[in-house]
Amino acid sequence: MEKTQNNRAWFLVLPVLVIVAFSAVIPLMTVVNYSVNDTFGSNDFFWNGLGWFEEIVSSERMHSALGRQVLFSAIILSIEVPLGIFVALNMPKKGFWASFCLVLMSLPLLIPFNVVGTIWQIFGRVDIGLLGHTLAAIGVKYNYTNDALDAWVTIIAMDVWHWTSLVALLCYAGLQSIPQAYYQAARIDQASRWSVFRFIELPKMSGVLLIAVLLRFMDSFMIYTEPFVLTGGGPGNSTTFLSIDLVKMAIGQFDLGPAAAFSIMYFLVILLVSWVFYTVMTTLDKAETK
Amino acid sequence: MAQITLKDLAHSYFANPKNDADFALKQMDHVWQDGGAYALLGASGCGKTTLLNIISGLVRPSQGRVLFGDRDVTDAGTAARNIAQVFQFPVVYDTMTVRENLAFPLRNRGMDPAYIKARVAAIAATIGMEATLNRKARGLTADAKQKISLGRGMVREDVNAILFDEPLTVIDPHMKWELRTQLKQLHREFGHTMIYVTHDQTEALTFADKVVVMYDGRVVQMGTPEELFETPAHTFVGYFIGSPGMNLLDATVSGQTAVVQGIELPLGDAYGLQQGRIQIGIRPEYCELSATDGLPIRINRVEDVGRHRIIRGEVAGSVLNVIAPEGAAIGADMTRVRFAPGRVNVYSDDWRVQGGPI
Repeated sequence: MEKTQNNRAWFLVLPVLVIVAFSAVIPLMTVVNYSVNDTFGSNDFFWNGLGWFEEIVSSERMHSALGRQVLFSAIILSIEVPLGIFVALNMPKKGFWASFCLVLMSLPLLIPFNVVGTIWQIFGRVDIGLLGHTLAAIGVKYNYTNDALDAWVTIIAMDVWHWTSLVALLCYAGLQSIPQAYYQAARIDQASRWSVFRFIELPKMSGVLLIAVLLRFMDSFMIYTEPFVLTGGGPGNSTTFLSIDLVKMAIGQFDLGPAAAFSIMYFLVILLVSWVFYTVMTTLDKAETK
Repeated sequence: MAQITLKDLAHSYFANPKNDADFALKQMDHVWQDGGAYALLGASGCGKTTLLNIISGLVRPSQGRVLFGDRDVTDAGTAARNIAQVFQFPVVYDTMTVRENLAFPLRNRGMDPAYIKARVAAIAATIGMEATLNRKARGLTADAKQKISLGRGMVREDVNAILFDEPLTVIDPHMKWELRTQLKQLHREFGHTMIYVTHDQTEALTFADKVVVMYDGRVVQMGTPEELFETPAHTFVGYFIGSPGMNLLDATVSGQTAVVQGIELPLGDAYGLQQGRIQIGIRPEYCELSATDGLPIRINRVEDVGRHRIIRGEVAGSVLNVIAPEGAAIGADMTRVRFAPGRVNVYSDDWRVQGGPI
């Protein structure tokens, strides 16, 4: 049967388009404008073509920031995802303690980013911080302000503390949706704990895990506030991640052209990686069904 | 394989049950003979699944013991009891192939690969899934998945019992019949004790040698389909088995006569004087319309269901159904209903009273 084609409902999205245009598209276009021009202020622009892009792509500084960023995201994901799953598996399933755990787990997620940074900044200080002072007292050499490794450890600990809850809560929701009969059948089939995880829990969690990994990747790849408050990118450049470097370049040095080129590429990289990741995961999923 | 005995068994889902109503299973003693094919029949929520889970060890009873042969297994887990169970909704391991699904219970028990292979092939043939053995279980239809569940239940040969919890609910009618036949055949072949939970009486009566009827947390009767039909021990059995169910009329009974609405009806046995709420129960099959004698009946409608006709009527304010054989005349003057005397059962407070010889 022929269906009547009537796509006029399309007009209903117009208001959204207008709002998005003002909030995102137009600002983005000014960034595009900066990225292909050189300016010395007073709104004089000189065409620079892809000059800034070439400069950024071949910049040593960018390469090392990107390297740090990739390493950081990789470490974060490889800690938070397994840890989140582990926590979710061990949370109580119902009753008072289930609610208690849920509230407790959501707390870190509710704290503003800069507050998280401040908490850890003070927590880790050798002179007054609980962690820093205790470590110093028991003779561990720890100082995140002048040791690169200590700074990394602190930032990673902070991020794990802040965000593992998200992964855990998502996994917990996935686990809660598994009917009791699956566990009963597994007991009848004499499946080991590992088999239950591997063949029941993990497949049922794969959907939410995909979301969790995607969210954690994007967030960690764009991380700014917490390391900025904690270390300010130091010591040296050791914790200068992409967005910290970008802000330094844009408002610190006022190199608007390179910074604009940089942010466009930064945006495209995140978009590309997320898209590839999502596509690969969903096609794998489909292939398995066949 | 072993006889399964439930001793003083009762179960409540509350930690501190206060009264009878808190118990999902009321206290019972019950024996499942080794090698029997049982159907556990009852309305939803009467405790069938609870009873099944207690037998398989998924639920520990609040009181009483579960014995396999002479062995007390009340505190033993499902693994130690060596029981197979099939659930109402398909449980398959999505990421495994059909073959891996069927082999899973055997592999977990460390069986020999050659044996597993042969066993899986045999079961696949039984459930008709040889062609899809190498497919992932995820994309299959609900009834294919349920067939896998059934297959997983049957794949182990050495089990003490196989429990089925309404396994054919999601399967389409044609396949249902076929699978039931296969289950029955399997039972004959291997002689496993099988307990089959259902709320479908046709399913129960065709599958089982013995039907166990549960009502409100109790086993109210266990018997052959014929016993359930002829002499229901409880009004619920009378009502639940048969289509339509048994007719029940309030009456007073003394000796070998029952009195309904001032009209005396002869009974097949002697009952003495009965106290409590007395009802007589008569199957619609044993009622007959008559122009001359019996109880006055008001006929509401007549349904032709093909092989016979069902006359829906009222006697003394209670519903009374009559099944008239094909070809029997239903005249306008037939305003009375007559009961076959030997077929009338007497109930006191819902429980059947055994009559004595006249």
